[in-house]
Amino acid sequence: MAGPFTSVYTFYRNGFKAMTVGRTLWKIIVIKLIIMFAVLKLFFFPNYLKTNFQTDEQRADHVLEQLSRPAVPNH
Amino acid sequence: MVDVDLSLVNWSRAQFAMTAMYHWIFVPLTLGLSFLCAMFESIYVRTGNEKWKAITRFWMTLFGINFAIGVATGIILEFEFGTNWSNYSWMVGDIFGAPLAVEGIFAFFLEATFFAVMFFGWDRVSKGFHLFSTWMVAIGSNLSALWILVANAWMQYPVGMAFNPETARFEMENFWAVLFSPVAISKFTHATSSGFVLASLFVVAISSWYLLKGRHVEMAKKSIIVASVFGLLGSVYVAFTGDEAAFENAQHQPMKLAAYEGLYKGENNAGLVALGMINSAKKPGDSQHPFLFEVKVPGLLSLLANRESGSFVPGIDDLVYGNKEQKIMGVAEKMKIGQKAVADLAAFKQARKEKNDVVAAEALTRFTANKEYLGYGYLSTPEEAVPPVSTAFYSFHIMVVLGTFFPVLFIAFLFFTLKGSIRQQRWLLPLGVLSFFLGHVAGQMGWAVAEVGRQPWAIQGLMPVKVATTNLAVGHVQATFFMFLGVFTLLLIAEIKIMTKQISIGPEGV
Ligand code: HEM
Repeated sequence: MAGPFTSVYTFYRNGFKAMTVGRTLWKIIVIKLIIMFAVLKLFFFPNYLKTNFQTDEQRADHVLEQLSRPAVPNH
Repeated sequence: MVDVDLSLVNWSRAQFAMTAMYHWIFVPLTLGLSFLCAMFESIYVRTGNEKWKAITRFWMTLFGINFAIGVATGIILEFEFGTNWSNYSWMVGDIFGAPLAVEGIFAFFLEATFFAVMFFGWDRVSKGFHLFSTWMVAIGSNLSALWILVANAWMQYPVGMAFNPETARFEMENFWAVLFSPVAISKFTHATSSGFVLASLFVVAISSWYLLKGRHVEMAKKSIIVASVFGLLGSVYVAFTGDEAAFENAQHQPMKLAAYEGLYKGENNAGLVALGMINSAKKPGDSQHPFLFEVKVPGLLSLLANRESGSFVPGIDDLVYGNKEQKIMGVAEKMKIGQKAVADLAAFKQARKEKNDVVAAEALTRFTANKEYLGYGYLSTPEEAVPPVSTAFYSFHIMVVLGTFFPVLFIAFLFFTLKGSIRQQRWLLPLGVLSFFLGHVAGQMGWAVAEVGRQPWAIQGLMPVKVATTNLAVGHVQATFFMFLGVFTLLLIAEIKIMTKQISIGPEGV
């Protein structure tokens, strides 16, 4: 009699093994996540406030600075 | 950040809009198709008829494809918050960050367990547990749209939170007021039910295609019956929640309502435009007629907007220039109060820097008195408070026209399928195929109404989009715009290719 962990493991293993369309889909998911996290997030989408300021106080100060500038005509 | 380059603001807007629109191609289908799969499977479990099992498995495969391609596309919006909308995300991060993260973890575990049972568990778990898992996937997927829609609703109607100038952040005052704000309720119910309609149209479209080709006829007819009933109920619900959304607009975002109705001069007993063509030369405050032609249903707008016949509905001019008789404050006046709030915020910041507690406290008191109109302090002209009227108008009217067409379509499909003559309706079947695309049009137009209609605000009345934007190089935003366009287009092509392949294979044995 297999323990609960073993049966859950076999459930997933057999499931993955028997996949048909799922195989292609998993490949797409993995490629997509790599592009999103290893390329886009890393190189193009840094968190602006996290990368440019060290402390929360500095971040708050920066945002407050932005918020306390009066309106000027659009250009 | 008011002296920001407008083209930066517009490219940041375009980038966000494009990613949100692509994301919304996948999401509503997941929301609705998950419920349809649960319904197909419930019929299978009740009847024990293996044909229903084959039908369920077929739609479940298509659901799986859409889910796999669409999953995590929403995370890109979160990247954009941190990079392109850093001021905004700093201000609300404390409130929405945690619930969104909790929701993400909840969704992950739900997917890891119930999705696995749904796809791997046929013949391995009991019928009852499998069905339970399918329902859990449907309920869970819909619930995982909750917080992002609550966050969106809060931006349209910011309740239950207070701005703390010390930290430049909004802090939660009343969690329940945020969660159960009437705008949040109408947004969640309208957006999810629009997904029910779209998914029903998807099933009707593919089934119609099978009927046109003379393939899988029995499964197509069975699917049409279930999808038409669900779609019809969904359409009624969509209309009901859409009416609620418009009522909430009238109460909290009257400018949006005036824009999507093309109403410049407010009136008592205002009519609802059934059909019209906007005069694009019309500007707020001038004497030109807003429409090149229009057909109005007399009195209906007053009734829908205020739930009171004959009541006054303010127009763009009333809201921009004020209307004493109706006690409406104009934007110029609000701008003056807002400018004071901005100046007091600056004084508060300066006094704190100089460690002058007395001056800081005084500035804070003045700021608190005026903060309701803070956002108006950043506007350059009163007319800046007006959203793009024709985009809002056409988007709204296309959505509503389609919203009246879909229930008629579902009734027609249901009628002819039950009568047994659906295959003879050669006019109806192509319309069924086309309707899926119309469903997408309606949903995208819906978001255009909600988001274009609320311009210039990121947070209604408190923060215009131009202040929410990070001051990046325009070239950077343009580059990432096209990168996303590329990634999403590839994903969409993958979805269409894998789906069409699966559709051409069709279900087994029905
Ligand atoms: C039948 C009449 C309909 C009415 C009166 C209606 C009304 C509205 C209104 C007023 C909004 C703006 C909400 C806001 O500003 O926050 C909206 C948004 C939206 N609508 Fe509709 N709508 C209708 C039909 C439809 C249909 C048929 C679909 C799609 C199948 C749809 C999909 C959407 C979506 C996705 C949004 C954006 C999310 C939201 O704000 O709830 N609507 N609708």
